Amino acid sequence: MTATELGMPGLTGVPTTDAPQTKKDYTSDQEVRWCPGCGDYAVLATVQGFMPELGLARENVVFVSGIGCSSRFPYYMNTYGMHSIHGRAPAIATGLATSRPDLSVWVVTGDGDALSIGGNHLIHVLRRNVNVTILLFNNRIYGLTKGQYSPTSEQGKITKSTPMGSLDAPFNPVSLALGSEATFVARTIDSDRAHLTSVLRAAAAHRGTSLVEIYQNCNIFNDGAFEILKNRETRDEVLIRLEHGEPVRFGPNGEHGIRRNPATSGLEICSGDDPNVIVHDANAPDPSRAFALSRLADPGTLARTPIGIFRQVDRPTYGDLMNDQVDHAVDTQGSGDLNALIAGRDTWTVE
Amino acid sequence: MTAKEVRELDRVVIRFAGDSGDGMQLTGDRFTAEAATFGNDLSTLPNFPAEIRAPAGTLPGVSSFQLHFADHDILTPGDAPDVLVAMNPAALKANLADVPHGAILIIDSGEFTARALKKIGYATSPLDDGSLTAYQVHAVDLTGMTMKALEPFGLTRKEASRSKNMFALGLLSWMYGRPVDGTVRFLENKFATRANIRDANVTALKAGWNYGETTEDFAVSYEVRPAPMPAGRYRNITGNIALSYGLIAAARQSNLPLFLGSYPITPASDVLHEISKHKRFGVRTFQAEDEIAAIGAALGASFGGSLGITTTSGPGVALKSETIGLAVALELPLVIVDIQRGGPSTGLPTKTEQSDLLQVMFGRNGESPVPVVAAASPADCFDAAVEAVRIAVTYRTPVFLLSDGYLANGSEPWPIPDLGTLPHIDPDFATEPNHRGDDPEAAEFWPYLRDPQTLARPWATPGTAGLEHRIGGLEKADGSGAISYDPTNHDYMVRTRQAKIDNIAGVADLEVDDPTGQARLLVLGWGSTYGPIGAAIRRARRAGHHVAQAHLRHLNPFPANTGEVLRRYDRVLLPEMNLGQLALLLRARYLVDVVSYNQVRGLPFKAEELAEVIMKEVDQL
Repeated sequence: MTATELGMPGLTGVPTTDAPQTKKDYTSDQEVRWCPGCGDYAVLATVQGFMPELGLARENVVFVSGIGCSSRFPYYMNTYGMHSIHGRAPAIATGLATSRPDLSVWVVTGDGDALSIGGNHLIHVLRRNVNVTILLFNNRIYGLTKGQYSPTSEQGKITKSTPMGSLDAPFNPVSLALGSEATFVARTIDSDRAHLTSVLRAAAAHRGTSLVEIYQNCNIFNDGAFEILKNRETRDEVLIRLEHGEPVRFGPNGEHGIRRNPATSGLEICSGDDPNVIVHDANAPDPSRAFALSRLADPGTLARTPIGIFRQVDRPTYGDLMNDQVDHAVDTQGSGDLNALIAGRDTWTVE
Repeated sequence: MTAKEVRELDRVVIRFAGDSGDGMQLTGDRFTAEAATFGNDLSTLPNFPAEIRAPAGTLPGVSSFQLHFADHDILTPGDAPDVLVAMNPAALKANLADVPHGAILIIDSGEFTARALKKIGYATSPLDDGSLTAYQVHAVDLTGMTMKALEPFGLTRKEASRSKNMFALGLLSWMYGRPVDGTVRFLENKFATRANIRDANVTALKAGWNYGETTEDFAVSYEVRPAPMPAGRYRNITGNIALSYGLIAAARQSNLPLFLGSYPITPASDVLHEISKHKRFGVRTFQAEDEIAAIGAALGASFGGSLGITTTSGPGVALKSETIGLAVALELPLVIVDIQRGGPSTGLPTKTEQSDLLQVMFGRNGESPVPVVAAASPADCFDAAVEAVRIAVTYRTPVFLLSDGYLANGSEPWPIPDLGTLPHIDPDFATEPNHRGDDPEAAEFWPYLRDPQTLARPWATPGTAGLEHRIGGLEKADGSGAISYDPTNHDYMVRTRQAKIDNIAGVADLEVDDPTGQARLLVLGWGSTYGPIGAAIRRARRAGHHVAQAHLRHLNPFPANTGEVLRRYDRVLLPEMNLGQLALLLRARYLVDVVSYNQVRGLPFKAEELAEVIMKEVDQL
């Protein structure tokens, strides 16, 4: 069985194995050192539990991370891995993935790593559509450096570095990714194992850069940041679950819907039985609707937060195009003759 | 027509100077190609502004190309031009100070209009006011004659005047008896799809030649015979091209796919351009979003088993520092090419300097040793590149390869090497577990279990079953590579990483050239000062002085005999295009009172000046 037969173009070219795998196979011997109660544990367990489903040769899987709490992730995966430097994992993964199309390359990053110090690399890896899957752990705080506000923290956040409240407006990572020409953008939540797994599956299947924003609780410095989305009492009222091909409705009984406002061309809340409730189309070539969906969430309260796959469109990957150019050069010019190259066209001989 | 007198010369230095839009670099390149094919030894020095098209006719917009060609072995592009070709008043004004009295000035009088003179502050025309009487002036209306010659082509004024560089080239080719066939072929290729432009340029070139032959203004032409050079096949090559070929050749010698991550920066971009042309060699080139991503991608490719390379200049090195530190910790092969330019900050982007030495040695946090290899001449960039790759792959380490703006764009004849003589570079990938732990049945892979000889760690690439491992920037336990904060382990790892670099094998002893064996002064150099120092020493020796010369290729580690060589002489003179960076290292390392001679003018040393300095030092001993 190959990845292609699994219907996972994102893994085409990556060797598979018939040997059964379990979560244990993907668990390294390193002691996990996140704070007890950290949301990272849930994500790690879900990823370790999910990887065997892909049936990949484990040695062809690589996790690359930057710096931050989440970036310790590769140490805990029994695959190849690199814990690199702050913000640069997308760049390192770009070199690795483009030069080794036989690898399944995963990037693990956080809101500070990906959106602050590494913002430039994130937008460019998305623009290029390098075949990597990016797990962006967003806890809306700096954890490893002990609690400063991050580029996704709500404005006015009181932290050690902002005792009078943070001044800057937060990034919406999904909006940012959509504006960066991303071909796959999704959002999910650390504690919702089933949803996280389904998003990981789609992300792995996608050929190109898959950006998965994972809302992740930092129980030490920003505890309860996503409580409204997790609490049984509140979540149904505020969480919008996006399903491709399904009407966009939310509320405990689907009593709210999303429709287009003809006056503004934006989206607005309507009744769940409004005939104009939109149907989610993740494959729409135009990212405008996905972007409008990403803007529904209140950046402060997180009310009306869509989760699921915002966008999944096909576009050639940077690595495939790069390797096509190499193949094309060899096909049309023959493989290189080093003697001819270094001699060039104008030579002379001294007897 | 009477045959004109032909005078024989042993060497000539010509400088073509004009507006940066006048095609002076192309003119120089073509003359160089013809001189090379003719068999002269040669050396070139392009000199151009950082601005692509500074305002026409202004001093900052002047671009020049100096070419030294000879009937004997030469080492530099020449101190001062014997002939200055000035395509406008600005070119004359910007370059005249470099031209010795008695030299030939060929001046495009057609451009000496009142307006052009006023623009650069000439109150009167130097062609008329007697200020050039110390020179042999040929005021020739190059522009006017080019326009006239091109009348039949129906070109616009602007189009026609663009060919005046070819007219000038034709005239100079006649003066020095150079063939123009190669240039005609070149133009036919370059303008293959634009017949009118092609024919116009060829016509201008021939018109220039014919003008020289017929006009009374030029009574003499000159001949510079081919230089006796060792037998073999030669080509002319610039440093950046040689460096590019060296990297491609080294990738082949190590059987690794080359991955170049780069961000455009002067004067390194030409290496990216060149390597990008050669995808048929299986090379991948990646123009990254910034310097950091460029080296990051190269390091990622190295992790995957490619030969990761990044090319840049000083400001780019500053941005890459953190990733170089990561590569030191990861112990993966990586070559960082630094084509040095004038600094600090943006500095002098198109000018040369050797002022990044301390940056590449120490510009990182922590104890972070990186080998440094420096090329000595344009053609030597090839061998230096191969050596940098050898060290990087063998010792699993980032390596700095230093060139500079002078080597990058300068050119010289290159005996085309026999590829069979290049070293074989063995990546020696790990394929098997290398350690047995408590459970004798379970073989493990320890990514930091070193080769006892080289201290290099095993390079296991993803895709190798059973060797899955994690590496990172955190300190690692010796052997297992697990994260370790243990004080003793850290001390050991810091010393071991240093020892690995200090003990790199294959660093040849420093050779000393002291033909009489009586020298008490050693002139030491590194990098692109090789040519000027060599030329200066020849002058000093011709004047009867005993001088020894040595040149460092490896700046980290130094050759094992360096201290002994330095101590062997009563005085060591060290010319550098910086304020004494190598001198600082040598003094610290060997406690030798090295005498520095420093210039940071953005230009190579002049041989004559350096010879004076050397002879003064000898006299003082």
